[in-house]
Amino acid sequence: MFARILALVLKEFLALLKDKRSRIVLIAPPLIQMIVFGYAATFDLKNVPFAVYNEDHGVASRELLAAFDSATTFSRVAELTYDSEIAPLIDGRQVLMVVHFGQDFTANMLAGRSGALQVIVDGRNSNTAMLAINDVREIVDRYNRAWLADHGSSQPPARIETRAWFNPNLESRWFFLPGIVGIITLLVTMLVTAMSVAREREQGTFDQLLVTPLRPVEILIGKTLPGFIIGVGEASVIVLAAVFWFKVPLLGSLLTLYTGIFLFLLSGAGVGLMISSFAATQQQGLLGAFMFLVPAIILSGFATPIRNMPQMVQDITLLDPLRYFLVVLRGVFLEGTPFHLLLDQFWPMALIGVVALSIAGWLFRHRMY
Amino acid sequence: MSNGTSMGSGKMRIRGLVRKEFLQIVRDPSSIAIAFLMPIVLLLLFGYGVSLDSEHVPVAIVVEQPGADTADFTAAFHQSRYFNPVMYANTRDAEQAMMAGSVNAIVVLRQDFAKQLRDPDGAPIQLIVNGVDANSARLVSGYVQGAWGTWLEHYAQLRGQKFEAPVQMEQRVWFNSELRSRNFLVPGLVALIMTLIGALLTAMVMAREWERGTMEALMVTPLSMSEVIVGKLLPYFVLGMGGLALSVSMALFLFDVPLRGSMWVLIATSALFLIAALGMGLLISTIARSQFVAGQLALIITFLPAFLLSGFIFDIGSMPPVVQFITHIVAARYYIAILQTVFLAGNDWSVIVPNALALVVMATLFLGVTWRKSRKRLE
Repeated sequence: MFARILALVLKEFLALLKDKRSRIVLIAPPLIQMIVFGYAATFDLKNVPFAVYNEDHGVASRELLAAFDSATTFSRVAELTYDSEIAPLIDGRQVLMVVHFGQDFTANMLAGRSGALQVIVDGRNSNTAMLAINDVREIVDRYNRAWLADHGSSQPPARIETRAWFNPNLESRWFFLPGIVGIITLLVTMLVTAMSVAREREQGTFDQLLVTPLRPVEILIGKTLPGFIIGVGEASVIVLAAVFWFKVPLLGSLLTLYTGIFLFLLSGAGVGLMISSFAATQQQGLLGAFMFLVPAIILSGFATPIRNMPQMVQDITLLDPLRYFLVVLRGVFLEGTPFHLLLDQFWPMALIGVVALSIAGWLFRHRMY
Repeated sequence: MSNGTSMGSGKMRIRGLVRKEFLQIVRDPSSIAIAFLMPIVLLLLFGYGVSLDSEHVPVAIVVEQPGADTADFTAAFHQSRYFNPVMYANTRDAEQAMMAGSVNAIVVLRQDFAKQLRDPDGAPIQLIVNGVDANSARLVSGYVQGAWGTWLEHYAQLRGQKFEAPVQMEQRVWFNSELRSRNFLVPGLVALIMTLIGALLTAMVMAREWERGTMEALMVTPLSMSEVIVGKLLPYFVLGMGGLALSVSMALFLFDVPLRGSMWVLIATSALFLIAALGMGLLISTIARSQFVAGQLALIITFLPAFLLSGFIFDIGSMPPVVQFITHIVAARYYIAILQTVFLAGNDWSVIVPNALALVVMATLFLGVTWRKSRKRLE
């Protein structure tokens, strides 16, 4: 039995690797994508272009602008002298925001009243707008405290002291990188499995496979293993990239991490093979892979928290293996979550894998063309 | 043969090929599923499911010694729609809840909170956030600041004072005053769907002909290579525009995304983008030559770059210069810039024209390379 499976696995590897283009596609992109996407995926704004419309020219506006200039978030690109200059700059996306000080900004503050700082933001990308507003608010809050201290006024009766666990500088890249590890691992598994059975179906060689002494279970194992082996290899490489290139801390144990990777690959390969056995042509296999992949990534909690979704959609995410894997990855990387606390993430992935593989095996014989 | 008749027979030849492609589409309904089912499923999931606006964030509140002052403070949390406050008697229980993931932040009011309020330095309020999801952590900390500000005003008011921060920030958000994330996610999603429709539908069509050996058969017909390309594009273009009409109608009527620019600009630029996306698919198909490799390439090249490198969710300006440079070869980037402007801001030509030109360049490039690559093999 092992010899038979081994022969099939070898044949699958040959089919994958004999073609030079296929070989390149399998090996080069995951690492490149890891690096490029790793840099792209961040919510920490940098060098956001903004313009200043300063009618005040007093000491307070000067000091506050100096605080803006020393922050890496913002970069001042224009000084305005008329109200009418604001709209074209924002409309044409030359600046994301305009900061406006009124005429008596400093005078008001010196008299003990509030100085009004007007911030006009381009809301076309509401997330970027919100992040920029938050960053401005932080600068203003810091300046307010310094001003009160310098001018001998009483501080507010209470102040907030913030500490962040697991990620003290709140670097959003640490959150997204483990997610990208998960997405790329899923992609690689799909690359290998989603069209494998479909191709044999289309070319008519699957019928031949069925009349060999190989039992469906053996075909199943033979078809799963290559995706599995390639997946483990590539996952290891991109985990290494995350740790050594991007310096994301890996606090948890490798055993926990690899348990997660194994179970996730099981479920990913299972779904891929299921789609592939359902498809009659390679085109259907590819389209099916996308019909799974796109919602799986969007609903995984990669970029938008699952908690924000309505209950019905949250229930749908329970079918998404990536959802569980992301919890495992983020937990093991950043929090050092121990094995037993992740059991609730492990068993659903195992279940999805076993069910999907069973359906795939059943389809081998029951979907004939 | 006069010019007129050769043009006429050219049209007829293309018509024959277009008919054949249409028949292939109709016989294998998976293309139609991609064009119509996928937009519906994705838009429903995205439109209803995905939101970056956190509400009802579970927050643990630890009050070591409850009193009138602390009740006043916690009331600000109970009133806010951003929080789901859960009260804890001590910090240890709250920390355990955060480890288990059932709360996202802890607010601690120490024993001597009431007394320290009268100190010149003020009372410290401890806020511990779970930094794993840094973005949510920042939002939560911003919300806590907001609740704190509300409380400060209330606190001063009770004592007949007026608390005035030295600098009072007033924000005005243009184009999306309520900062509804759906308003930018849905137009971005239209771009994502169009990328998938365009590139996926055509990724297989040339490779299939090569793999099955029918490409050579196609080449011995009087069809020229440009006619083959047009014939391959046309049916999928029609299908893609159908998908676009569906997506845009859902955006406008189901999700109430405003369309402040003109419908004609939207349709024209979408057609342009669709040609670029279809061209990318054809190019993948031509380079790969086998369906298997074409499928793999399509999986890698289409979705993730359009998702991560297009400015759909992540701000391109904040990426390192090298990565910013790479985003220029992602066609979706230009289309998303146009869509966000046409939907939310209006017909602003200083955004639309350069991005539309970039799409023209990309479409020409993709189709040109496809044409050259195919012609070479003919020799």
